[in-house]
Amino acid sequence: MTDLRIVERTVENHANKITARGVQVHYGDKHALKDVDVDILDKTVTAFIGPSGCGKSTFLRCLNRMNDTVATARVKGDIRIDGVDIYDRRVDPVQLRAKVGMVFQKPNPFPKSIYDNVAYGPKIHGLTRNKAEMDAVVETSLRKAALWNEVKDRLQDSGTSLSGGQQQRLCIARAVATSPEVLLMDEPCSALDPIATAQVEELIDDLRSQFSVVIVTHSMQQAARVSQRTAFFHLGHLVEYGETGNIFTNPRDPRTESYITGRIG
Amino acid sequence: MTVIAFVLLFSAACLGYVLNLSAARSLRAGGARLHSLGSFHGGFAALLVLVPTFLFVVLWLVFQAPVIDRMTMAALPPGTLDGLETGAVQLILAEIKSIAGGRIFGTPELWKLAAADHLTGLRALSANLMVGLTAALALVLLVIARRTVAPDFRARQGTEGIIKGLMIFCSTVAIFTTIGIIASLVFETMRFFQMVPWHEFLFGTTWEPQMPIRADQIAATGAFGWLPVFLGTLVITVVALVFAVPVGLLSAIYLNEFASPGFRRIAKPVLEILAGVPTVVYGFFAVLTIAPALRSFGEMTGLPIAPNTAMAAGLVMGVMLIPFISSFADDALSAVPRTLRDGALALGATRAETVMNVLFPAAIPGIVGGVLLAVSRAIGETMIVVMAAGLIAKMTVNPLDSVTTVTVQIVTLLIGDTSFDSPKTLAAFALGFMLFVVTLGINVLALGIVRKYREVYD
Repeated sequence: MTDLRIVERTVENHANKITARGVQVHYGDKHALKDVDVDILDKTVTAFIGPSGCGKSTFLRCLNRMNDTVATARVKGDIRIDGVDIYDRRVDPVQLRAKVGMVFQKPNPFPKSIYDNVAYGPKIHGLTRNKAEMDAVVETSLRKAALWNEVKDRLQDSGTSLSGGQQQRLCIARAVATSPEVLLMDEPCSALDPIATAQVEELIDDLRSQFSVVIVTHSMQQAARVSQRTAFFHLGHLVEYGETGNIFTNPRDPRTESYITGRIG
Repeated sequence: MTVIAFVLLFSAACLGYVLNLSAARSLRAGGARLHSLGSFHGGFAALLVLVPTFLFVVLWLVFQAPVIDRMTMAALPPGTLDGLETGAVQLILAEIKSIAGGRIFGTPELWKLAAADHLTGLRALSANLMVGLTAALALVLLVIARRTVAPDFRARQGTEGIIKGLMIFCSTVAIFTTIGIIASLVFETMRFFQMVPWHEFLFGTTWEPQMPIRADQIAATGAFGWLPVFLGTLVITVVALVFAVPVGLLSAIYLNEFASPGFRRIAKPVLEILAGVPTVVYGFFAVLTIAPALRSFGEMTGLPIAPNTAMAAGLVMGVMLIPFISSFADDALSAVPRTLRDGALALGATRAETVMNVLFPAAIPGIVGGVLLAVSRAIGETMIVVMAAGLIAKMTVNPLDSVTTVTVQIVTLLIGDTSFDSPKTLAAFALGFMLFVVTLGINVLALGIVRKYREVYD
């Protein structure tokens, strides 16, 4: 871990965006997440790290209620976004997911044109009034995802015709297009080559100015590079959570130290 | 005797296996390093004995009957068959055979009794010869196989080669059968077009094939325009699809996306039972339930509804096609990767939006393929329309009228009094050929669409 470059960080005192208390998740008989408490700050990149099966993706999927789509999953505990309990009965998961965007491990563009991929979210949520506004949203989103220059001349091509890195940036543009407040990223670079990874990481850093970004990653270097705060999960427990610099240079828990130095995982 | 021959050849194969296996084992016990495992030496011997001997017995069984017939007829007293037609000669042969089988009618001529004795003798000779030759062949092959056992003999390659040959043979059986079917269809169709010009058949709008086939019959002169018949098939197919496609698709979408696992577990097998109902039963249903219901509906509303409507046959055929379409659509929807579904849901799409905007377009190629296969089934479906559709060919597209279909006409042309040199009978082959061409075209189209537009996700 000598190549860890921990950049100088200025974590301003942002307000809490997401507060989770006592979150438990069961998949059938499997207790996947045990009593997780965490506060996620606004306009900050928060990284979840930990060995496979430790519950970090599970927790991420609690934040936009994607676990609802898994028949066997049960979520207990209290998760609030801006003070609103997202598991309250009055909250419509569909509305919630418009506010909490998600990017997946594998690029999953729809088999539609690039334009339609990005325009899909705004269209189903009625965010634009006319074609000109839609064009503007598509362009801004693709620019935010650093993809505009590569695709502006072929917006009508199929989204699946792009390269892997471009597809993932398209998925980010698609998630950004609904103007979410929180962006969840589940190992967004695991299917990408180093160059595409660098582009996506740069992008994450840019997105921080507008969203609260939560990223699950297997790469500790990536966590160190892009995040301001890091949470370490192990066997369903949130072991340690704090400023990224502290976690990597001065971990308090022995398990965290073992993991970042490569002894467990 | 046939049973003995088969027992002989199978026990020879087993013997070969055991002999070679033990030979290989004793070689290895003697310190030699064998290229192949003992079981491969054994398997090679078994196959080497089995395959040629089996072929020999089968060929013998196929060819012994005609050869014996020829020899019997040739041994008749000279001059017996002079001036007789083929039919009469066949009759004599049949009589001799039944005498040989112990069924004697009246008092046959002496030369027939002698011929029957001769026939019985030939049969016994042939059976003995077959068993003897089988045994000899098996023995020779056993010796050859036994002599192959050696440390560096590649028995594994040999065994695998023979098995591969068997597999190639099996996989070509279907192909050659298809070629045979096409050839016979084409041959009969050519004969038909020698009697009726092809343009009259393809573009004619009158279908009255019930022409006289014997001089004493009184009937129409015959008209062979297939258009009204094909139009009838099309009308029924369209009715069936208009009913089956929406119902099948919606049920697939419901089962795939919305139904609880419990409901799905019950509903899907029940839907698939529909596919197992014999088409005759569907035919009953059309004739006894749907057609009377339509008729009384017609009486109530004053619509002119024929007793045998295209509607009744089409609707019931539609019911038959529902499980076909829904299971294809279900497979196609299930094949859409989960990540795509999650992607749409994570954007805040509702389930219905996810299905309509994302899953359905992604599944379209599979669904179109399924629908086209259903079309070719509907076109070729026979039993329902034989029972529920009419017999009169009409140039009409009114589904409340009575129409006939290609398959119904083929059936009616080939039952009852037939004569294979009359255009009336041969017209059935021409119709069958056209049906074959149409369904083949649709199947090729369906496979092409599925292949071309299939999204590769991984």
